[in-house]
Amino acid sequence: MKKIKLNRDYLITYGMVILFYIIMTILKGTGNLTSLFSGLLVPICVYSILAVSLNLTVGILGELSLGHAGFMCVGAFSSAFFSMCMKDVITNSFVRFLIALLISAFVAAFFGIIIGIPVLRLRGDYLAIVTLAFGEIIKNIVNILYVGRDSDGMHISIKDSISLGLKDDGKVIINGAQGITGTPHDSNFTIGIILLLITLFVVLNFMHSRSGRAVMAIRDNRIAAESIGINISKYKLMAFSISAALAGIAGCLYAHNLSTLNALPKNFGYNMSIMILVYVVLGGIGNIRGSIIAATILTVLPELLRGFSDYRMLIYSVVLIALMLFNASPGAIEFKEKYSIKRLLSKKTKTKEVQ
Amino acid sequence: MSFLNYLINGISLGSVYAIIALGYTMVYGIAKMLNFAHGDVIMVGGFVVFTMSTRMGLSPVLSVLVSIVICTLLGMTIERIAYKPLRNATSLAVLITAIGVSYFLQNLALIIFGSDIKLFTSVVKVKPLVIADGQITITGETIVTILACMIIMTVLTLFIKKTKAGQAMLAVSEDKGAAELMGVNVNATISLTFAIGSGLAAIAGVLLCSAYPSLNPYTGSMPGIKAFVAAVFGGIGSIPGALIGGILLGVIESLSKSYISSQMADAIVFSVLIIVLLVKPTGLLGKKISEKV
Amino acid sequence: MALLDVNNLGISFGGLRAVDNFEVHIQKGELYGLIGPNGAGKTTVFNMLTGVYKPTDGIIKLDDKNITGMKTTQINQEGIARTFQNIRLFTKLSVLDNVKAGLHNDYAYSTIAGIFRLPKYYRTEKAMDEKAMELLSVFDLDKEAKLSAGNLPYGKQRKLEIARALATNPKLLLLDEPAAGMNPNETKELMDTIQLIRKKFDMTILLIEHDMKLVSGICERLTVLNFGQVLAQGKTADVLNDPEVIKAYLGE
Repeated sequence: MKKIKLNRDYLITYGMVILFYIIMTILKGTGNLTSLFSGLLVPICVYSILAVSLNLTVGILGELSLGHAGFMCVGAFSSAFFSMCMKDVITNSFVRFLIALLISAFVAAFFGIIIGIPVLRLRGDYLAIVTLAFGEIIKNIVNILYVGRDSDGMHISIKDSISLGLKDDGKVIINGAQGITGTPHDSNFTIGIILLLITLFVVLNFMHSRSGRAVMAIRDNRIAAESIGINISKYKLMAFSISAALAGIAGCLYAHNLSTLNALPKNFGYNMSIMILVYVVLGGIGNIRGSIIAATILTVLPELLRGFSDYRMLIYSVVLIALMLFNASPGAIEFKEKYSIKRLLSKKTKTKEVQ
Repeated sequence: MSFLNYLINGISLGSVYAIIALGYTMVYGIAKMLNFAHGDVIMVGGFVVFTMSTRMGLSPVLSVLVSIVICTLLGMTIERIAYKPLRNATSLAVLITAIGVSYFLQNLALIIFGSDIKLFTSVVKVKPLVIADGQITITGETIVTILACMIIMTVLTLFIKKTKAGQAMLAVSEDKGAAELMGVNVNATISLTFAIGSGLAAIAGVLLCSAYPSLNPYTGSMPGIKAFVAAVFGGIGSIPGALIGGILLGVIESLSKSYISSQMADAIVFSVLIIVLLVKPTGLLGKKISEKV
Repeated sequence: MALLDVNNLGISFGGLRAVDNFEVHIQKGELYGLIGPNGAGKTTVFNMLTGVYKPTDGIIKLDDKNITGMKTTQINQEGIARTFQNIRLFTKLSVLDNVKAGLHNDYAYSTIAGIFRLPKYYRTEKAMDEKAMELLSVFDLDKEAKLSAGNLPYGKQRKLEIARALATNPKLLLLDEPAAGMNPNETKELMDTIQLIRKKFDMTILLIEHDMKLVSGICERLTVLNFGQVLAQGKTADVLNDPEVIKAYLGE
């Protein structure tokens, strides 16, 4: 029988992230990190935050969402837009980034709520396809959005940059499919790790609080949760919007690490949402630490496979299938249970418990 | 008159979606899984015909037949290797595996054919139909696509209603365990479902590439997703639902491309899906599910 | 005045009249039984009392307050808690957390306090732990508190479900076939437990049961339901000797 343990688990997760930070910083300082790899450090943080936040929806709330990249997209664009507008007003990059961060979280949470209210009524695969649809709609709208600013104020169009009708002193900030160019480079690996730790703090503490317990109760048995007076829609929406807000933060981190931000299918489309889901499933549904490990490994893996050039994504896909077959197929699970060291050692106690 | 043109284009595109959606819906009905790799089988079908017909100059009919056979075998192989071991695993695990298969097919095609867009020579040799003094032109591709869709629907409905194998499919989709107890070979039935779905995907691939003559390793993924949306739209698991969902989706896409904005078309299609699901949570023709307390 | 007053309760599914003209009046502190053959509509009555189904007609009053048509969540907050025929536990949560989930409304603190671990979090969680352990020890489940609920043996799962329902501090406890799937020994033990919680918590209990021994052993009054209608109502001994009831159970 499995015992549920708490606090030590927490500390291991935080410790793991901090250790990773220290090792990477040392490697970087001593020049032992290739430029390719050090370029991956912030993305690792971005994808870890995304994976942890999606795990809140998939593992803790128990709903399959395929639109997580949409929330990241909203967070990225809202925060980058803010930073672009305030580039000359707020010169302290830390303060500017902090406000951008809050904006990304709030805007993404807002979208989480307005999407969650209708969507969370649906179940299972239907919920999955609708979240996918929402993610695509967000990406699509961002791609046709033109926003510019001149001495008269803001101008918005969904046609093209010319129809903004900007004056000579005007500047296009969001330029349709070209997105936002020139976002200040306000984020770095340290900030990424801090944000990851904050995400962990929020998700782990939420999980082990009254509200998190209510969310998990709903996941395990909705009807029973209702019968003991838990407000289903409130807690579903709460978990969903917290998850969205954290994805927004990841978007902010992402946007401020790049000079050009545009919504391509690759970074904000359903492919990205699916990629995040892969991290969650491989790391273990509901397993927060696993999400981080899986996100890190799978972000690095394609780079490690670079030597195989064209074959790397092919190998990646084969590894993915093999991992799933090994982890999830009933046959493999039985095999692992039969021959696990733990079980062989505890055989005696097992039989005692069964009788 | 241009409205009629757009409408006919929409029905044609919708027919392709309907054929793909059929594969989705049948597999979902029977294996209860979202086969994300289905869209990529379309792409494989397209490439087989491209290689044989456009590159090697073989007869289009022969290439289409070979393409159907290859995709059928491919579908069965995928099911056997990647999905069968996960028969009783969580639906998420199967979903991720399907995504893995999808990546695999895309990247295999990328290695073999490269990422550049190939110009596909239409395999349809039917003359366009010009009516109303040339105001409406119906291309040969459109005629063949709509006809193919109608024929497939009819044959498939008859197959499920009249044959033993079709009845076995219905039984398995209703209750796998009970079907097995009644002597239905569940494994063979699931395999057959994948075979039919993939064969249809090959046909859809050829029709799609004939109408929109460009082909690359990612050609299948967006139509795949849209067809999946169509299947959900019509009520996943329902064959007439796939037809209605597919055609509606094609028409909405075509009309919004023409009248609103071509960039917004996808967003509009997805918005309609969301609205439909909010009103009818299991799609237009989907069965209502309720949990017994 | 009765704690639970149900008059003229009825529900139709499509054209089918599942329960018709059902009435029951349960006094505070009473242990009341609802029996009847399979498909008589017993669980449907429970589902109406707890708001899972909306009654087509009739009035349900709890403590003189009309609760007809309220949502399940609200009805629980008004004071009705229940268990289920097919056990519905939060299987991946610990035994302790199952009970603590039941304490959700009475021991409240905000989500913010939970995430930022404000003093209120520690205070309330501590009080919750104590209360939950107290409840678990009544059911002899305190040693299993840290196990996940899905790993408990069947009999203990049934007990845990009752403990969770009691945690919501109800006025009325509905038990849906608590002895289903239990052997005679376990049933005996369950009877004792039901008696105990009734005394200890001064609880009013309405239970659905098939096991005649259990019913005649602990219920003071009974209502017999047959084909959705009340067949007999009254003191246990009288009802069980009613020829109509015997006919309904044993056939002609």
